[in-house]
Amino acid sequence: MDPRLSMINVDNISVRAGTFSLKNVSLRLPTGKYGVLMGKTGSGKTTILESVLGLRAVSSGRILLAEEDVTQLNPAVRGVGYVPQDGALFSHMTVQDHLAFALRIRSVDSETTNQRVHELAEMLQITGLLNRTPHGLSGGERQRVALGRALSFRPRVLCLDEPLSALDTETREQMCQLLDNVRRLTGVTTLHVTHNLDEAERLADCLFRLEDGKIEATSNP
Amino acid sequence: MSAPSSESPEQREFGRRRSPESINLSNRLFYTCLSIIGGTYVLLIVAMLFADVAYMVDRTLTASEDSPTPWLTAIVENPISKAMGDPKIRYSTWLSLISCTLAAVISVIVAVPMGYLLSRHQFPGKRLLDAVLDIPIVLPPLVVGLSLLILFQFPPFAWIARSVVYRVPAVVIAQFSVACAFAVRTMKSTFEHIDPRCEQVAITLGCSRVQAFDRIVLPEASRGMMTAFTLAWARALGEFGPLLIFAGATRMKTEVLSTSVFLEMNIGNIEGAVAVSLIMVAAAIIVLIITRTWGVRDDRV
Repeated sequence: MDPRLSMINVDNISVRAGTFSLKNVSLRLPTGKYGVLMGKTGSGKTTILESVLGLRAVSSGRILLAEEDVTQLNPAVRGVGYVPQDGALFSHMTVQDHLAFALRIRSVDSETTNQRVHELAEMLQITGLLNRTPHGLSGGERQRVALGRALSFRPRVLCLDEPLSALDTETREQMCQLLDNVRRLTGVTTLHVTHNLDEAERLADCLFRLEDGKIEATSNP
Repeated sequence: MSAPSSESPEQREFGRRRSPESINLSNRLFYTCLSIIGGTYVLLIVAMLFADVAYMVDRTLTASEDSPTPWLTAIVENPISKAMGDPKIRYSTWLSLISCTLAAVISVIVAVPMGYLLSRHQFPGKRLLDAVLDIPIVLPPLVVGLSLLILFQFPPFAWIARSVVYRVPAVVIAQFSVACAFAVRTMKSTFEHIDPRCEQVAITLGCSRVQAFDRIVLPEASRGMMTAFTLAWARALGEFGPLLIFAGATRMKTEVLSTSVFLEMNIGNIEGAVAVSLIMVAAAIIVLIITRTWGVRDDRV
């Protein structure tokens, strides 16, 4: 795929979420880049992320993934991995089941699934947790599982919603390194939403600031 | 502790501090009052059950007093054994167990989709629907029974009325029409406590709505379903008013345990009525224990 192309292209969208609304917002993220979307609480960054995922309908404008218009496409077939804020792990499943979930839904054979589960567990350093349930996992461990679940089916785009905001400083640092690592190993185009400037500067190739309903893009050296 | 006298008047604490003893006494009184007021009710519940049992024991002892084999008599002649020996009571016990289970199963089957829609989706008329679902809870039970009876005078219900009204199906319908409202309430609050993010994640992973519901929501809701089942079952067991009107109180036909209590009382057999009541208490406790242990096991996973 041509790296000059935009993997994520949010083209002049308007979204309404309850009493809150965003008008005519645009954002472009080139293939393989790590984009960080920054903004204050309540500025609408999660709303934009949800539009990219397809979980929130846009009232006007288009969303393109790899130059393909997905505005009306069901979230299940967009091929976008999602890590929500608190992980939203499935409380009745083991870590192993989390990593295998998407592959089972996609009818991947069990041998390939097992291979993928172990590959992911190794990358995210959660091999020792495979038989545990979410109950009793630490904040960092939960986020690793959520990340593994989102990456499991090799999505073209990864959406992270404040993945580090609930973590203590030390765990946050480890997770930053891990995210760096994941980017190097997978090359997945990532859109990461946060309100933390350190995190943004540390990780971003492209930095987007959402202020007063407008996005201002800068590239991070 | 009072402020040192060297402080200027502006810095002195306002008013007078109460002594620690008086605060402690007041706190203790507060909790004593709470416990007494709350405890009265618990005491009433426990005392009611004890009175039933005591009455039973007293009757058993009286019966076995003059007997040459007091133990054997106590086992054979106690009111519960006597009641269970009566084929009418045996019939009503079985009918109760079967009809309550059926009513509870149907209630859960209806309550799951209803609770899910109410908790997850906004649609026109939702508030009205929510209010309609409260009707069986607030309506006097007799009115529910009468309304069912009237309903079965109109087609299409009238076509099957002959095989329903005053027959066993009427028992299940009457129990279901009230019990289901409680199951719906339980399922609604169960689904409200399940994070919708989990479903959203499942959908982004490639699930259809059905798959997300089946693989994520239902397993998470299993405890709530168990609670809804218990609640509906217990409610159905105690149902009496609608049954009396819609299903009648015919012995060996539409007689359930609550009807038995009523019929035994009517013929002046208090002993029998108490015995049947104790059978119902035992049934309720068994269901409670089964579902509680099931729930706990589910929780630990």
